Amino acid sequence: MASVTFDHATRLYPGSTRPAVDALNLEVADGEFLVLVGPSGCGKSTSLRMLAGLEEVNAGSILIGDRNVTDVPPKDRDIAMVFQNYALYPHMTVAENMGFALKIAGINKDERATRVLEAARLLDLEPYLNRKPKALSGGQRQRVAMGRAIVRQPQVFLMDEPLSNLDAKLRVQTRTQIASLQRRLGVTTVYVTHDQTEALTMGDRIAVLKDGLLQQVGTPRDLYEAPNNVFVAGFIGSPAMNLFTADLTEGGVRFGTSVVPLERSIGAQASGSHVTIGVRPEDIVVSQTRGEGLAVHVDLVEELGADGYLYGHSDIDGKRTDIVTRVDGRIHPSMGETVYLTAAPGHVHVFDVESGERLSSAVTLA
Amino acid sequence: MAISGSLNITAAMVDPALLDLPWDVPLEDWPENTIAALPKGISRHLVRFVNLSGYVIAVKETSEDLARREYEMLRTLQRMDVPCVEPVAVISNRADENGQPLEAVLVTRHLKFSLPYRALFSQALRPDTATRLVDALSLLLVRLHIIGFFWGDVSLSNTLFRRDAGSFAAYLVDAETGKLYTGGGLSNGQRENDLEIARVNIAGELMDLAAGGRVEEDVDPVEVSERIVAQYRTLWAELTGWESFPGYERWRINERVDRLNALGFDIEELAIRTDQEGTQVRIQPKVVDAGHHQRRLIRLTGIDAEENQARRLLNDLDSYAATFGREEQDEEALAHEWVAQVFEPVVRAIPRDLKGKLEPAEVFHQLLEHRWFMSQKQSRDVPLAEAVAAYIDDILRHRRDEATVINPQTGILTLPLDEEELDAELDADADGDWRSRV
Repeated sequence: MASVTFDHATRLYPGSTRPAVDALNLEVADGEFLVLVGPSGCGKSTSLRMLAGLEEVNAGSILIGDRNVTDVPPKDRDIAMVFQNYALYPHMTVAENMGFALKIAGINKDERATRVLEAARLLDLEPYLNRKPKALSGGQRQRVAMGRAIVRQPQVFLMDEPLSNLDAKLRVQTRTQIASLQRRLGVTTVYVTHDQTEALTMGDRIAVLKDGLLQQVGTPRDLYEAPNNVFVAGFIGSPAMNLFTADLTEGGVRFGTSVVPLERSIGAQASGSHVTIGVRPEDIVVSQTRGEGLAVHVDLVEELGADGYLYGHSDIDGKRTDIVTRVDGRIHPSMGETVYLTAAPGHVHVFDVESGERLSSAVTLA
Repeated sequence: MAISGSLNITAAMVDPALLDLPWDVPLEDWPENTIAALPKGISRHLVRFVNLSGYVIAVKETSEDLARREYEMLRTLQRMDVPCVEPVAVISNRADENGQPLEAVLVTRHLKFSLPYRALFSQALRPDTATRLVDALSLLLVRLHIIGFFWGDVSLSNTLFRRDAGSFAAYLVDAETGKLYTGGGLSNGQRENDLEIARVNIAGELMDLAAGGRVEEDVDPVEVSERIVAQYRTLWAELTGWESFPGYERWRINERVDRLNALGFDIEELAIRTDQEGTQVRIQPKVVDAGHHQRRLIRLTGIDAEENQARRLLNDLDSYAATFGREEQDEEALAHEWVAQVFEPVVRAIPRDLKGKLEPAEVFHQLLEHRWFMSQKQSRDVPLAEAVAAYIDDILRHRRDEATVINPQTGILTLPLDEEELDAELDADADGDWRSRV
């Protein structure tokens, strides 16, 4: 097992002026589950492919453990791409299916048997070692395919959107399985997804990329409580954080007719008299009686059982701004009403209006 | 057949017969009378073959995204003249009679006279067949890499083979994992990865055949799988490598062109560099195009054949020209004469009920072989008409029809699998200790 280091790793496609991955610096600890996440075109898959050796590294380097693998061919990097279309062969037993790649690699029979048994135990497949794939359930077959990667005992597992072809139910199941298996194996894993929920639920740490640039890396909680900038704030969390421009005033920031108190230092750091503020849907207090706060016209309330989400819009500085807040799933305002919103004290994220960088300290979860 | 609500069909050309298929029924439950032969194949997705007006289509149920992506990819590959299956349509917005949504499908046209590798031998795979399969696949892989296509799932199962005058011509079937990198082309790492995937998959496929007792003893799966790497590298170097020589050996430029022609490639663009003093010359093919003999044959005769078949036919045409040609006669006129006097009479001589056995160009190739053997055995020049009659009765009549062989299924289970296959047969353990087989 080993750590993974991206050291100013850059990928510039021929004929392009902007790097697909721009001087990426990232350290994945030994045994860690790191998720690369971002919208399409952000460079997450390119980063993974650079680590896999599929993509040239134009500047900087990539290390697995202490070994510089920047110019090492993929098959000599001691990595495994999991869930690459692994075929299961119908005439071979589970043990053969799991072990045949070791045979090709010239590993002796005893060693093959040892490794296959070890992997089978981890995957709860020991009773089926002598069985043909046809007699296995779908889930078991999937685990045999994982076993093929595990018996190779690679230093690093790489997974590129492995769940994208699955339907919603199987996706949630497999997500849990992969995460728990990774923790049991303790193999360093780099996992790519565009889905921030997948990232939040699976990763020890998450690296958010945009336009080839690393925006932030941290635990799911770090990213949720203290997003570095407006992009991360809007990307992590579902429904997304409400973000809009607000005026700085004496002692705080204007939120409709109310003022949300802020730390004094923020005003001094801001590049102008406005800031971008962000409030998560669960950090908004909704009032149906006319009063202080931001007046919002209710467009729709989505009931999800105990909770619900209110979708509305407000006029902020002459601009229609959409707002989402969490409400009670049963007792909530109805469509067409006007409600008054205030931010829960201490739950406002403040960003510089020019640079988009975070100005306020972390909003800690209650 | 009712067309449900708002079926969405994307196709370059819609065959009206396509509309008559039961799109409101899950593929798995399609009535037997629509299905062409064979039980459903086991693969990543459900694929079934259906008889349409005069041809066979393959229908694959998959997600709409994947179906569209693969459809576009196959269309692009076709435009680039890569041998692959022909995409026909994507059909989405399917729903059953109760309005429950059904998966989208990708429809491709079955490639006539193409065979899955498991259908290329009747009892057990012989070493020379294994070699020819791997050679055909390595040529296909090189062609794909040259245009910047990363396959991601190279295997014998994802390829269809057509007979090609003693060799095979390989066609890409499954482009689902593929990606086209235009502009910069593929990195060495991507090419190496495809090769490694190919090597492991081929070894696995042959080991599986061996486990089913369908490989002759002297076929070593690992050795055969390593051949793809060697073949690929040789071809890649010949097609893309720099070559340098002293300036006075300029004949080596022609030699390189001839070598590539012999391999079936034309050079569209060649980079030539000389050093300061002009004593050393370096050359590298920049743009190469497969189908050297195919193009010449089609230009001269209008006959569309595989590369080796074309080579064979052209050889016969050349010897015809040498025997009967008059000096002032131009190549086109001679070719026209050859088609009328030699090729067409042979094709016409094949009885109607035997037309589904082999493609005309393959028949012609086999006929030439047969005639050669007859002549050797009888120590005389066997006339064409006599050879045709003998070939039809002694050889062709005893072959199976290969026009639409879609069985046996390729028999590979891939991931992800759908949950419906949970019905496990329980007493399916193999005999003995698992360790003996690992």
